Amino acid sequence: MIRVELPQHLQTLARVGREIEVAVEGPVTLGAVLDAVEARYPVLQGTIRDHVSKKRRPFLRFFACQDDLSLERPDLLLPEAVVRGSEPFLIVGAIAGG
Amino acid sequence: MSSVRVLVGTRKGAFILTSDGKRQKWEVNGPHFPGWEIYHLKGSPADPDRLYASQNTGWFGQLMQRSNDGGATWEAVDNKFVYEGTTGTHQWYDGTPHPWEFKRVWHLEPSLTDPDTVYAGVEDAAMFRTTDGGKSWHELAGLRNHGSGSKWQPGAGGLGLHTILLDPTNAARMFIAISAAGAFRTDDSGCTWTPINRGLKSQYIPDPEAEVGHCVHRIAMHPSRPNTLFMQKHWDVMRTDDAGANWTEVSGNLPTDFGFPIDVHAHEPETIYVVPITSDSHHFPPEGKLRVYRSRTGGHEWEALTKGLPQQDCYVNVLRDAMAVDRLDSCGVYFGTTGGQVYASADGGDAWTPIVRDLPAVLSVEVQTLP
Repeated sequence: MIRVELPQHLQTLARVGREIEVAVEGPVTLGAVLDAVEARYPVLQGTIRDHVSKKRRPFLRFFACQDDLSLERPDLLLPEAVVRGSEPFLIVGAIAGG
Repeated sequence: MSSVRVLVGTRKGAFILTSDGKRQKWEVNGPHFPGWEIYHLKGSPADPDRLYASQNTGWFGQLMQRSNDGGATWEAVDNKFVYEGTTGTHQWYDGTPHPWEFKRVWHLEPSLTDPDTVYAGVEDAAMFRTTDGGKSWHELAGLRNHGSGSKWQPGAGGLGLHTILLDPTNAARMFIAISAAGAFRTDDSGCTWTPINRGLKSQYIPDPEAEVGHCVHRIAMHPSRPNTLFMQKHWDVMRTDDAGANWTEVSGNLPTDFGFPIDVHAHEPETIYVVPITSDSHHFPPEGKLRVYRSRTGGHEWEALTKGLPQQDCYVNVLRDAMAVDRLDSCGVYFGTTGGQVYASADGGDAWTPIVRDLPAVLSVEVQTLP
């Protein structure tokens, strides 16, 4: 199972805790993990990526194993530690305010 | 005994304020959806316990919520708003072409007869409709594809479709308004649309009397006179008595005719309310005095309503969707401010009291009169 950490508002929407687990069939890519998250929690469709273009929403960032994956392509293979489940894939709301 | 339910959308959540028909003691329930901008929430006239809410943030985009129990519980419904066909362009602030991009839902207008049918006015300006209680939304593309669409330009707050009025005597007729394109009417349930801006004069656009391009802030209708509309434009308060074919100015003796909301008394079709704001560069009341102005003559002659409202050092704004009336025998009038106050008058505006004082900035106020 792939561990995924969600920001607070998405936890509230999906009615889950900070960390969820999703199963991914085939290669564990960035896009496949997001597909799995949206399939298990349909309420999150459109909140992480645009419904149609599948582009990341501008104020969200993706991290894994201390690397920023936000600008990577959807077919990027995630690190082995994420695939094994020893490290989570992080969806983070950008810090913005003032 | 009748009661009222006031639905308040704010920058940081939704609040539901309830009272009996006396409207003296209030219960404040919320925040619902804490931390999210709630541009608008509104109940179905056909089933008052069916509510719809538009929920948005810059981080996570648009969500839509539905309640079947008057706001006690909510469920997320479909949030997919996809323009039909080729999207084309409208004008950007600098006049260059800019592709249509969905940003948020500004206004929800439930059908007068069917709880599952709701119209949604969105930014970038377009109209969507659900007929299955929010499970899916589909664009009424005839509006965006009106021949003038490529000339529409956003107001300072965006290219938002913010007003939807349903004609209670003609199910095929609707009126809408867009900042800053103007007002439009359909007579065929949204398939085709006609600009209805003749008589508007806007000195801030190249052709002050152009067919489209006017920054209409709000229009209002009394259900007994659907051919008469009242408009608060960027500047000027206007009225039409022929369903928008011709508009005349009724600003009269207002201290300033800039403002955002406008509404009509529930039982007196010629009694209307506005909140004058200093100017488009000073979005606060003149002289630091929060005054609602009432005309009992359908415009031209206005009186200031000040009792219970702050008359010094008040620099809040009242946004376009933040005024509403109830339908009790003594008509209640309500409005919310960017300072977080929601004021109520149980006597048609003669005297005001704050229901709450310290909410987040108020974006919208709607009222349900319950049996």
